[in-house]
Amino acid sequence: MIGNSVIRKEAWDKVTGAAKYTNDYIKAGTLHAKLVTSRYAHAKIKEIDTRAAQTVPGVRAILTGEGLPLTGEDLRDRPPIAFEKVRYHGEVVAVVVADTLVQAEKAANLVRITYEPLPVVGSPREALKEGAPLIHEQLGSYQKGIGTYPEPNTNIAHRTKIRKGNMEKGWAESDVVVEANISFSPSDHAAMETRCAIAEIRPDGYIMIHASSQSPFMIKKLISSYFGEDVGKVIVHTPLVGGAYGGKTPVQLELLAYLASKAVGGRKVSIWNTREDDIITSPVHIGLEATVKLGCTNDGYLKAAEILYLFDGGAYSDKAIDVSRAGAVDCTGPYHIENVWCDSLCVYTNHPYACPFRGFGHGELSFAIERTMDLLAEKLQMDRLELRMKNAIRPGHTTPTQVLLNNSNVGNLPKCIKRLRELIHWDDWQRIEIDARTVRAKGVSCIWKTSTVDTDASSGAILTFNPDGSINLISGVVEIGTGTKTILAQILAEKMKMDIKDIHVKMEVDTQTTPEHWKTVASRGTFMAGRAVLEAADDAIRQLKEIASIVLRTPIEDLEVGYGKVFLRDDPTIYVDIKDIAYGYKYPNGNAIGGQIIGLGNYILRHLTYLDKETGAGKPGPEWTVGAQAVEIEFDKRDYTYKIIRAVSVIDIGKVLNEKAAIGQVIGAMSMGLSWASRETFLFDRYERVLNPQLRTYRPLRFGEHPEYVVEFVETPQIDAPYGARGAGEHGLIGMPAALANALSIAAEVPLNELPLVPELIWRKKKGEHHGSI
Amino acid sequence: MVPFDFTYHQPSSIQEAIQLFQTLQQQGKKTMYYAGGTEIITLSRLNLVFTEAVIDIKGIPECRTLRFDKNYLVLGAALSLTTIEEANVFPLLSKAASEVADRTARNQITLGGNICGQIFYREAVLPLLLTDSDVIIAGKDGLKQLPIQQIFQKQMRLHPGEFLVQIMTEQTYLSLPYRSIKKRKQWEVGYPLVTVAALKTNEQIRVAFSGVCPFPFRSQTVEERLNDRQLPLESRINEALHHLPRPILDDIEGSAEYRLFVLKHTLFDIITELEGE
Amino acid sequence: MEQTTKCEMLLTVNGEQHSVIARPADTLLFVLRTILGLTGAKPGCLNGDCGACTVLVNDVPIKSCMILAIETVEKKITTIEGLKHTPIQQAFVEHFAFQCGYCTPGFIMNAHALTKKHPLASDEIIQEWLQSNICRCTSYKEIEEAVKTVLANNSASLNDNHF
Repeated sequence: MIGNSVIRKEAWDKVTGAAKYTNDYIKAGTLHAKLVTSRYAHAKIKEIDTRAAQTVPGVRAILTGEGLPLTGEDLRDRPPIAFEKVRYHGEVVAVVVADTLVQAEKAANLVRITYEPLPVVGSPREALKEGAPLIHEQLGSYQKGIGTYPEPNTNIAHRTKIRKGNMEKGWAESDVVVEANISFSPSDHAAMETRCAIAEIRPDGYIMIHASSQSPFMIKKLISSYFGEDVGKVIVHTPLVGGAYGGKTPVQLELLAYLASKAVGGRKVSIWNTREDDIITSPVHIGLEATVKLGCTNDGYLKAAEILYLFDGGAYSDKAIDVSRAGAVDCTGPYHIENVWCDSLCVYTNHPYACPFRGFGHGELSFAIERTMDLLAEKLQMDRLELRMKNAIRPGHTTPTQVLLNNSNVGNLPKCIKRLRELIHWDDWQRIEIDARTVRAKGVSCIWKTSTVDTDASSGAILTFNPDGSINLISGVVEIGTGTKTILAQILAEKMKMDIKDIHVKMEVDTQTTPEHWKTVASRGTFMAGRAVLEAADDAIRQLKEIASIVLRTPIEDLEVGYGKVFLRDDPTIYVDIKDIAYGYKYPNGNAIGGQIIGLGNYILRHLTYLDKETGAGKPGPEWTVGAQAVEIEFDKRDYTYKIIRAVSVIDIGKVLNEKAAIGQVIGAMSMGLSWASRETFLFDRYERVLNPQLRTYRPLRFGEHPEYVVEFVETPQIDAPYGARGAGEHGLIGMPAALANALSIAAEVPLNELPLVPELIWRKKKGEHHGSI
Repeated sequence: MVPFDFTYHQPSSIQEAIQLFQTLQQQGKKTMYYAGGTEIITLSRLNLVFTEAVIDIKGIPECRTLRFDKNYLVLGAALSLTTIEEANVFPLLSKAASEVADRTARNQITLGGNICGQIFYREAVLPLLLTDSDVIIAGKDGLKQLPIQQIFQKQMRLHPGEFLVQIMTEQTYLSLPYRSIKKRKQWEVGYPLVTVAALKTNEQIRVAFSGVCPFPFRSQTVEERLNDRQLPLESRINEALHHLPRPILDDIEGSAEYRLFVLKHTLFDIITELEGE
Repeated sequence: MEQTTKCEMLLTVNGEQHSVIARPADTLLFVLRTILGLTGAKPGCLNGDCGACTVLVNDVPIKSCMILAIETVEKKITTIEGLKHTPIQQAFVEHFAFQCGYCTPGFIMNAHALTKKHPLASDEIIQEWLQSNICRCTSYKEIEEAVKTVLANNSASLNDNHF
């Protein structure tokens, strides 16, 4: 069972159109909301005139920002609806609720807002300049969580400091030093399902939310906390989610839907993002400006790293603070460096606000680190993979936050590098001229990632038995496409030694009846929920054995469970069928014992700590998945156009639980990484308005633009994980931008330290070198 | 979602369409002719188009013609781009059309809609400009036939109430050597950085452009420079670039300077190949 | 006021006739989902860019967000709900050609039409057709494999018939 490419449980629903997503549940009688959003990136709101809008037939309410509490997970800096000023293009300024979507749109078009434009902040470096406009004047007064350090009267929402070893010593031991600046603007997740939330407040006070979310349990807690509602009265339903990639972790539309329902006496209100709103109004993929300085000995051993990460958190910090923290935690990439100085800042700008994106800061930091590693190799005139191999992180080393690594909590990076080297025929050639115009080149990168989740994040599982002995598996993991719920069924089938077809997976999450899974993020579903399922299975097995021991008149210790039976370990011919005890056992005379078997399990991450404010020391996550990646490209020296020929990943996944699903996760992530790196970015005008908020102008990779993908796994078990499996939902993405940039830099013979890597960028860089080449 | 209402009319003859337009206009209704509809729906939802009535011309037989008539190929304005591509009676048009939007969209987008649209690339017009095609326009005074060069100046100059019925292209043009190249910001899908269509006739190369300026065009001066064979090709191209209409597009697809860089190489490739044939 | 602008239209969807009351300005996608309850076609952009809402109109793939319902009167509409046990659905399942599943109905409708119209489609044709849809989860390689499996079976059965 473990390792088999089991077809996902909801597969047939998904190919027949039967699979339902949040927006598929809208029923007659539901009111519809339309967001009125800001045309400015930074402006005072002088007046909101809703009179004309109110006259549109069918309009039931128009909400504006007065009197609402500030929100935010780490730092409460965001009004759910802009109040007094707007801080990004696309920010919600009013919400119109009407009987139909058409009426809501008509009315929304009639809401007249008078703005007074303010100077804008267009990048983290601009935000940090002396005299830069302040985006949050009241930063000092905001309520904040533990470990969040805003710097009042600046645009710094949070700073994470890493101070490890002795920098003076590190530089003194360094013979060769390189420094690089890298940058890229924010971009988008562009999940095919735009975000949607439906809220209803029932007469008895129960608040029913349906949301396309990775965080249904967080929605419940936050609505309770922001608005003083009883937490048990907030019930969140999350059906299948049509792509998330981190973009559906923040809680945004749900708050608006709740407020809208409240404004219309509790009636059911749906808020469904248009694609344009989904791209700029809802949270986005973070941007970064970074300076990385690395020092090493003449033989290539890294001695010092000085790193400045300026994350473009946009107008509100929300989860961007956490992303910037994750960037600090693994700031060096997967390399052993004794002396590390890193400041990782979450900076306010007048851009759409950022949230997690697949890789959670790691694709971002890896682009900075791996570009610098290539520059260092160049300066050393050392083989790029050899430099990485020499410095590869291993058990016995410590991470930037000073966690000691061992054989379980980190994978085997040297083995990944070695295998990658073979797979890409690295030693044959790394740059080769095919003809006068065409050159091929290979770029490499190494990755690592831990999951910086809350230190008390937990996951629960419930197993209820059916009269035929089959099991209903109920977990709080949201099925966002990763197939985790099918993997959980595999874990359970393996444990119970039963046919997976007899495991019925509840796909929808309902926070009232589903045990909590903290958030479906951070490639942690299999680990945490898997542990919970194993515990629940143990619980069920114990109960089955208890009843069987009575029925079979034998000590519990002599019993085994499997193949639909509870049987004697030494004589399997003596057994009772699970179906005969799953709902209690009935004696021939009608007496009964036991009852429905209900197995319970949960898992809470252990030994995680907050990071020390001054040094960053602390344990941020349970384990580090590592890997090595490569991209091979064919480059046209005349036009600066290129094709991606092949992309390769070798990832230490601990244990492959479902082969095709695992490969699918990795190549899907690689595809997303290549799409981001090669073409995705927001394009801003000088007023910091997003010029491409549509899929026509914000263009993800399409069919046929995809290269050949090669994926291999290394298996170094994480001892405390189900069957040793490590998280791997995000890792395929992490090294792709850097590997592509490295390949193109080699091919074009010019350092390419920006994204996206469109031919015009390469042309511009080449032109900068050779003036007036056209 | 179209955030306003309109009435929908489906005439079955040219006469009826023209009549309908008159009637609706007399009723004070803002009225538009409607073919594939993709652009009207797209721009409506962004409040960039408003109409109170649409007249769908897809039911008019003349608008769906695809036939040879004497020495002319006659193409109805309401033919979908994929219908034209698949019939492949006009290979240059097939090629230029096949680069518009994507395949599924082109099942809906029509020849007339692409040419008469607001979105300024209008790449299907390039082959028509190169072949000196004629257009048949319906209006309240009946049908008229005009050279496309006359009525298409940056965009179709139709009077209110008129609509494009057919395109007529002399058959002799259909088999001439041609090239059509669309260069995008990155790879296969998206608006053009530049689209260049070219046709070789009597040892002269004709060239039409989209994506270079905020309108498609064919320029006599540009063609003269490109065909001035006394000069080396690179000089001819440089000369031609100097005589492009202005402004050169400078937008999210690419800067003006970069577009010229791309255009230069595209012209070089096209002319080298065509002159070699 | 709203009522007067609506009209009755007779649509043939998946072989069944439906009389619906809708605005002439309503798209086919809206009518399928909201009035007929056929939510298989997905709204992804309402702008003709993503292909998630692709259905077949007279067997031709059409983005249902870009066509008015009233334009499809007297035409044959097929949605994902109308496909039962087709080879392309089977192939998508077996090749893990979807993850979140949101783009899947649109992809399948397009791919189904492709394999019917071009039973021996070349790589170029496959690419031209499938470029109309965006999938954000898979790498497209899985989708390519699924489609090629169906085409290979087409080719095998054609050979069987001929020899």
